[in-house]
Amino acid sequence: MFIDPHAHMISRTTDDYEAMAKAGVVAVIEPAFWIGQARTNVGSYKDYLSHILGFERFRAGQFGVRHYCCVGLNSKEANNEALAEGVMEILPGFATKEGVVAIGEIGYDEQTALEDKYFRLQLDLARELDLPVMIHTPHRDKKRGASRSMDVILEHKLDPSRVVIDHVNEETIQEVKDRGFWAAFSIYPHSKMTAERMVALVKGFGAERLIVDSACDWGVSDPLSVPKTAALMAEQGLAEEDVRLVTYANALAVYGKSGQMAEADWLAPPPIDQRTLYQGNTVLRGGQAPRVADIDAKLD
Amino acid sequence: MSAHHPPERDVSLRMSVLRTWLAKRLSPDALAWLDGQIAIIETGDRPLQLGVAISLAPRKIGKADLNLSREEHERGGAARYGLDATDWSTDQAARILLALASFRGDDVAFAAGLERTLATAEIGEQIALLRGLPLFPAPGLILPRAIEGVRSAMQPIFEAVAHRNPYPSEHFSDAQWNQMVVKTLFIGSRLAPIQGLDGRRNAELAKMLIDYAAERRAAGRTISPELWRCVAPLASEAEVAALVAILRDGTDAERAGAALALAECPLPSARSALASSPDFAAAVSDGRITWNTIP
Ligand SMILES: [Zn+2]
Repeated sequence: MFIDPHAHMISRTTDDYEAMAKAGVVAVIEPAFWIGQARTNVGSYKDYLSHILGFERFRAGQFGVRHYCCVGLNSKEANNEALAEGVMEILPGFATKEGVVAIGEIGYDEQTALEDKYFRLQLDLARELDLPVMIHTPHRDKKRGASRSMDVILEHKLDPSRVVIDHVNEETIQEVKDRGFWAAFSIYPHSKMTAERMVALVKGFGAERLIVDSACDWGVSDPLSVPKTAALMAEQGLAEEDVRLVTYANALAVYGKSGQMAEADWLAPPPIDQRTLYQGNTVLRGGQAPRVADIDAKLD
Repeated sequence: MSAHHPPERDVSLRMSVLRTWLAKRLSPDALAWLDGQIAIIETGDRPLQLGVAISLAPRKIGKADLNLSREEHERGGAARYGLDATDWSTDQAARILLALASFRGDDVAFAAGLERTLATAEIGEQIALLRGLPLFPAPGLILPRAIEGVRSAMQPIFEAVAHRNPYPSEHFSDAQWNQMVVKTLFIGSRLAPIQGLDGRRNAELAKMLIDYAAERRAAGRTISPELWRCVAPLASEAEVAALVAILRDGTDAERAGAALALAECPLPSARSALASSPDFAAAVSDGRITWNTIP
């Protein structure tokens, strides 16, 4: 069993869901993010959040994948002040919904004053609502950006054991671990982090508080990154328990602190969910071929 | 619809039925939380509280199945004709109860509040609120929400309106009703749980279904045996011929559907066709085969 704790499934196809379920991914976490171009008003943001909490959850359930969300204002769109103000107003209403496991992904992009302002406001919201946080670290000026993110989080009195720093690499891992945060690694085919490098990091730093995700989205990315990395780790002799921690149990441990995500959700789902939202994972049912009933009939 | 009751009385009666169901099942803490939220919402002072309380309901009171006793079902049906809470869970009943608490005698305000709540509802909230449609006041004003529900590409949301719900047959126009029934088959869902199906059969619906059956046949795909239920009383000789072929060559379920349809078709040719399959004719007439037993 795997969890992909950072996957923008709204940008992915049904083939991806099928492949993930078949590879043993039992749950995904979909963080609210930038959709590739700027939203111009809060209405589109509201509909986006409803979409990932609604239709996307339904799609995932049809393939036997449990779907959770992080809600937040991403750093790029924090630079549109009117939009950002509107989003901050609707965010508390979404953050308390079922299956929301964190505020995220939030953090810095260009590290502007507006980004800083809305980052801090959202950290306060997470503290008030007692929710974990998923931090997006910037692609440019990553090391200082990550460092600054952690400074601000601690300044806002958040417990680092409830905060995941994502898109970590060899340059940032030491500080993230030293300061008590969870370190997540987005395994990309070309950039960010590769499976080979990830294996070396787990060997060097141990499995404790390390998390692997795919961060698959609308760009070149691989929704099977988590199971593939797990396979490579096993091949290269990492202990089974370490593989389980970084590709399943660690993500569950930190995001489970929301009270909104538990192993029973996929191992023993409540009857009401089985009747409505969750078809059950074929891998858990004993590995028969995924059932994709009359998909064309559903394209209504 | 109970025109002899003012809507306030209906609402408080319905609330008391739901609360009684929940009181038997919730822990004292959960029930106290629910009562506290109802009290806040009823004052109308905090318009955002309805959405918050509806969101928090599952984590405060859980998602166990209601599993109503027969007596409880009957009380529900007495409070609201046709109410069918089979398959409801405690959080769904609580969410409906919270929505009812927001009714303060103003139909327009209630409908607007429901629309606002549904606009940001996640999937579980939508299912619960749509299951609550028959209990809500202002049934005419909330019709657009019901129509939006059956328009959904999410089958459980569609079914929250279409299945075990007296609202559609009472309030949908023929065009809306026909769309719902045809879509039910189109998405591979069941007709049997739709309330009032036989009473709302109409020629236009029969025509749509006959065309749909022809399309499926041309594509070499199976046709749900339930389809014929809405065609039977309006069938022409061409449909009788199709049913005769199904009765001869179909799977057991298909043959059962064809037999039921032939039994409900007034044409003499239908009668004689059914008579030529005495086993099925007997099973229909003694009730061993009904539209509810077809798989
Ligand atoms: Zn992302």
